[in-house]
Amino acid sequence: MAGKTLYDKIWDAHVVHTDPETGEALLYIDLHLIHEVTTPQAFAGLKAERRKVRRPELTLAVADHNTPTENQSAGLEGVTDDAARNQLTALSRNVAEHGIEFFPMGDINNGIVHVVGPEQGRTQPGMTIVCGDSHTSTHGAFGALAHGIGTSEVEHVLATQTLRARKSKNMAIEVTGELREGVTAKDLALHLISVIGTAGGTGHVMEYRGPAIEKLSIEGRMTLCNLSIEGGARAGIIAPDEKTFDYIKGRPSAPKGAAWEMAVRHWETLKSDPDAGWDHVVDIRAEDVEPTVTWGTSPEQAMPLSGTVPDPAEMRDPAKKAAAERALHYMDLKPGAPIAGTPVQRVFIGSCTNSRIEDLREVATIVENSKVSEGVRAMIVPGSGLVRAQAEAEGLDKVFTEAGFEWREPGCSMCLGMNPDTLAPGERCASTSNRNFEGRQGRGGRTHLMSPALAARAAINGVIG
Amino acid sequence: MKAFTTLTSTAAPLTHQGRLMANVDTDMIIPKQFLKTTEREGLSQGLFYELKTRADGSPDPDFVLNQPAYQNAGILIAGENFGCGSSREHAPWALLDQGITCVIAPSFADIFHNNCYKNGILPIQLPFEICEALGNQAGGSNHKFTVDLERQIITTPDGEEIAFDVDEGRKASLLEGLDDIGMTLTAEDTISQYERRRQSAMPWLETEAG
Repeated sequence: MAGKTLYDKIWDAHVVHTDPETGEALLYIDLHLIHEVTTPQAFAGLKAERRKVRRPELTLAVADHNTPTENQSAGLEGVTDDAARNQLTALSRNVAEHGIEFFPMGDINNGIVHVVGPEQGRTQPGMTIVCGDSHTSTHGAFGALAHGIGTSEVEHVLATQTLRARKSKNMAIEVTGELREGVTAKDLALHLISVIGTAGGTGHVMEYRGPAIEKLSIEGRMTLCNLSIEGGARAGIIAPDEKTFDYIKGRPSAPKGAAWEMAVRHWETLKSDPDAGWDHVVDIRAEDVEPTVTWGTSPEQAMPLSGTVPDPAEMRDPAKKAAAERALHYMDLKPGAPIAGTPVQRVFIGSCTNSRIEDLREVATIVENSKVSEGVRAMIVPGSGLVRAQAEAEGLDKVFTEAGFEWREPGCSMCLGMNPDTLAPGERCASTSNRNFEGRQGRGGRTHLMSPALAARAAINGVIG
Repeated sequence: MKAFTTLTSTAAPLTHQGRLMANVDTDMIIPKQFLKTTEREGLSQGLFYELKTRADGSPDPDFVLNQPAYQNAGILIAGENFGCGSSREHAPWALLDQGITCVIAPSFADIFHNNCYKNGILPIQLPFEICEALGNQAGGSNHKFTVDLERQIITTPDGEEIAFDVDEGRKASLLEGLDDIGMTLTAEDTISQYERRRQSAMPWLETEAG
């Protein structure tokens, strides 16, 4: 019998019950992260049925999606958008009613849900973690099974601490060799998605493996796992190692003393067996990955920075061809033109993909003693209050503001345009976020996904590249 | 949740330049400005907002659901990887509010697919060529399809019968419109037993929260 993958092991350890007829399992959830946008209807559902939250202490709430990224100290009264304020108020009321820990807007511990969980040590190896947000895959960087769920499932987890789930298939992403100098986890992720396509991982949990993955920092692993959903996989996962344990140790919710020792002994067992069975294996040579940017309106429409915009006329797959034609029209790009040198009007450095301290340090090394190009509006939005404080303690905020960047308060910001940070129609943006869908950052806005290093360079040069 | 048994309705094909659109993402199904609600109802106004509305806010007469023949369609036919992107359940809520309870496509993104079943929407997966053929028959208000979940058959306006697969467990809950949470809570003892096992096997998960 074949051995087990890491996903198999975490799954097996969390099955409460499996329906013998349908194969549907009841999976226990160790950590439920919640935010203001995908929970009001779930709490209303509980109320209508007079149900309680089964394990409020296994639930953590933040406000991130529609919080403004300035003047947060003014509190909810300072939120000018009535609908956003209403949602934020509903979250405050719901968490208070059910005794759920909550970091409200303005609290130093608040921030983007996928930055806060790891930062607080709530995210740990071997856990099952869900959240009403597709980028929950981020937490897989710690060897946790983590994925997004819908609001009906949020309600189900609140009421039962379990999820009805069907097992996914196992996909191995084997990354051999070493990433070249200046090539980051973001480049690797975009490259991978351009290879497998945006539906390549559908129905699978992706495990990232191999020497290039082991070498990544924890922040890099989070960036990579974060983008698993853009390759169609609900979850991405990386086996935990010493780096993982070091990252967690001493954080507020990390196990302490004897419990820590016991946890680590368990965490050390969390890896796929050498003879594990994979449904699908994708091989990537790390040396093949170049600095990568997207040219279209799907994350799979990515290309090396050194390349030219693809020509739909040369595409055989009719679906890809049609999508490329539509995307080039929307993005106002010409086939065959070099992508480097394309002018941008906006730069966004932030989001659950790339707003951690490591990202900001990298940006600072590039923009120090330079100026944001004339005509470019560039903003840096730290992932949490703690990231912001750390950056300020290191003097990074000064580097940014002196270069002409806006140094904002934490939140999802312009990743999804649910708050005041949006693109105007036709504006082109170098963005470290995760989706370049039509209208994602604002109606008619044109998004090029890239690493923090490339976005920083775009801000200084005024063009991609 | 409302049960899904049979549906007799017109169908609307979602096309771009004559081809069923692939990778229709949830931002396209319902853009972010409509997510700030605390209700499940009323979201049809945001359904495909940027496809159905011109930049000046007026309805785009070319968009399929703006055409009189299709505006009451209960079935949507689309291309590959329908519903990719965000986990927002506002996407199926918006479809439901529009009266669409069945989506036919060659493939679906996982989270959207799952969210459909939680809302009494039947996602049917069929090969692209069949989806295309169905789309070609979807000629408007007198061209009704019947979707019979019990028999797992689509009857086209031409009278042709097309079989489809569906997971048995999901079929049962759709047919009966079951309340997942209520059903899970009947197994509360099993959950409590699991929690006791978890406490002894992984005690650090219980002790340090917060």
